[in-house]
Amino acid sequence: MSGITGMIVRRLWQLLPVMVVATFVVFSLVYLVPGDPAIIIAGDYATEERIAEIRQIFGFDKPMIVQYGVWLTNVLQGDLGKSLYSGEAVTRLIVDRLPHTMLLAVYGLVIGAAIGIPLGILAATKQGGWADKVITTLVSLGVAVPNFWLGILLVSLLALGWKIFPATGATSFFDNPAEAIYYATLPAVALSTGVVAVLARQVRSALLEVLGSQYIRTLRAKGLSQRSILWKHGLRNVAATMLTITGLQVNRLFSSAVVLEAVFAIPGLGSLISYSALNKDFPVVQGVALFLVVSVILTNLIVDVVSAVLDPRVAAAT
Amino acid sequence: MSTTDVSSTPSAKTKAVQSRFNLWAWLRSDPRAAISLGYLTILVLASIFAPWIAPYPPNEQNLMDLLMPPSGAHWLGTDDLGRDTLSRLIWGSSNALYAAFLSVGIGVAIGVPVGVFIGFVGGWIDEVLSRVIDAVLAFPPLVLAVAVTGSLGIGLTNAMIAVGFAFAPVLARTMRAQTLVVKNALYVEAATGFGASRLHLIVRHILPNAIQPVIVEVTLMLAVALLAEASLSFLSLGVQPPEASWGGMLARAYHYMEVSPEQMYAPGLAILFTALAFNTLGESIRVLLDPTIKRR
Repeated sequence: MSGITGMIVRRLWQLLPVMVVATFVVFSLVYLVPGDPAIIIAGDYATEERIAEIRQIFGFDKPMIVQYGVWLTNVLQGDLGKSLYSGEAVTRLIVDRLPHTMLLAVYGLVIGAAIGIPLGILAATKQGGWADKVITTLVSLGVAVPNFWLGILLVSLLALGWKIFPATGATSFFDNPAEAIYYATLPAVALSTGVVAVLARQVRSALLEVLGSQYIRTLRAKGLSQRSILWKHGLRNVAATMLTITGLQVNRLFSSAVVLEAVFAIPGLGSLISYSALNKDFPVVQGVALFLVVSVILTNLIVDVVSAVLDPRVAAAT
Repeated sequence: MSTTDVSSTPSAKTKAVQSRFNLWAWLRSDPRAAISLGYLTILVLASIFAPWIAPYPPNEQNLMDLLMPPSGAHWLGTDDLGRDTLSRLIWGSSNALYAAFLSVGIGVAIGVPVGVFIGFVGGWIDEVLSRVIDAVLAFPPLVLAVAVTGSLGIGLTNAMIAVGFAFAPVLARTMRAQTLVVKNALYVEAATGFGASRLHLIVRHILPNAIQPVIVEVTLMLAVALLAEASLSFLSLGVQPPEASWGGMLARAYHYMEVSPEQMYAPGLAILFTALAFNTLGESIRVLLDPTIKRR
């Protein structure tokens, strides 16, 4: 098999073991609890009945591998269990909170790409000039700044100081899209810094590599203008790379969302997982971790396929 | 990771570096490395000598001086319990450094041997473990760290073990790729011809020649680990109160920012500068080890 169909089939085949391992990692989280997990999870003042109930929920009386099979079967049927505290279905909790995290991640990614990619192009075309130096410095700062601190500073300056944006909170995108975007702006800006930095750096180095290649030199020797070389040949050749790099940021975005949702009191998946981890609500921790890792894996698959469509060399390489 | 990383194969150029490394000459030629290394040295010394140089005990509460702005008595002011911010900043540095080195150390201890091993033996073991690496890499690192900390129990050491788990596959992947390059080199073939054992090959020839990109990666990872510690402590999953940590200080400062906005500057800047120093040093080492690539 060749071409894009072949590539998709190969990728799906490779995905299977990755999914198995990822689900196993999520499943085994509760086995990392030191001592008798049932007693620890049940808490300090638990009754014997509660401990027995916990043991039964997680199937600690059965061998681990058997229990994994049971758990995975349930997961595949869309049953992620129930919260140990509220008793709500974990899938329900995820569906309720997902829109907030999605809005934040997509918004942050859009801002990050809209600023990062042009900065990378600018730095590459003015290599060594003052614009390049400024951008390179900004990139170093963008990678090193703790984004939750940046979030705090933005709240202090733009929400409490100038009162342009609300300090914390969120509105559902489906109830009121305009207000939801307004509320998500400060956290999305804080979220985007890392993306801006990484994209600017990677786009710069990818573009420099293309611009330094033989055929670009030939085009230049033939008398093509700098502008038409950049737009017709340079950027076209790095388009797939840019897309791949952007796709890889999803992982980073979910990581940052965990902290930023805490800063901005956003009821999304990030605040759900950190709250649940603090309270040892394992079915919720497992459910959210599973949902996020599967989202990352599928996003990367989609990005790979789209890159292959854009640039047949990618399909041939994988 | 940039596309230039792939090209850094060990060859003759690395030999010049290994022959005699002159630290002073390097630092003179690379001021950014000098500044970063100087800053980090001061930070390490501050964390070691914290009991002597911190003006106040880190947990000493002074309920008469709550949320004070910077003054002669308290250079960086006081927090909501009247504790001296400068003293807590100095004490917090030891937690920050401990966290960074512990988690990266765990990542190296797991990732490097696994990477060399699977790169060296290849076959189905490589195939299986590479899929495991792919799977762990798909987890958003902080999500994995939060989840694992929830399981192991809340606290700095457990949180950093969790971060170390997230680092291991990154290092294993780099190490595997390097091992694949090195193991087919002529000198390895020669050593095999002379009847060298597998262990001898790995320890004497492959490891020293494949480790260079890992040294750079490890330095950059210290910055990531530092930011992870700050994030987890901010979420109260890492360093537990009353112990001082930069992330924890920011969490309290955030709570009282309307009363005392000054409190949120120093810990944030400390995290920023330290992460910046690790990153700059990492980039300098990258250039030092492979002068053919340009500084990014």
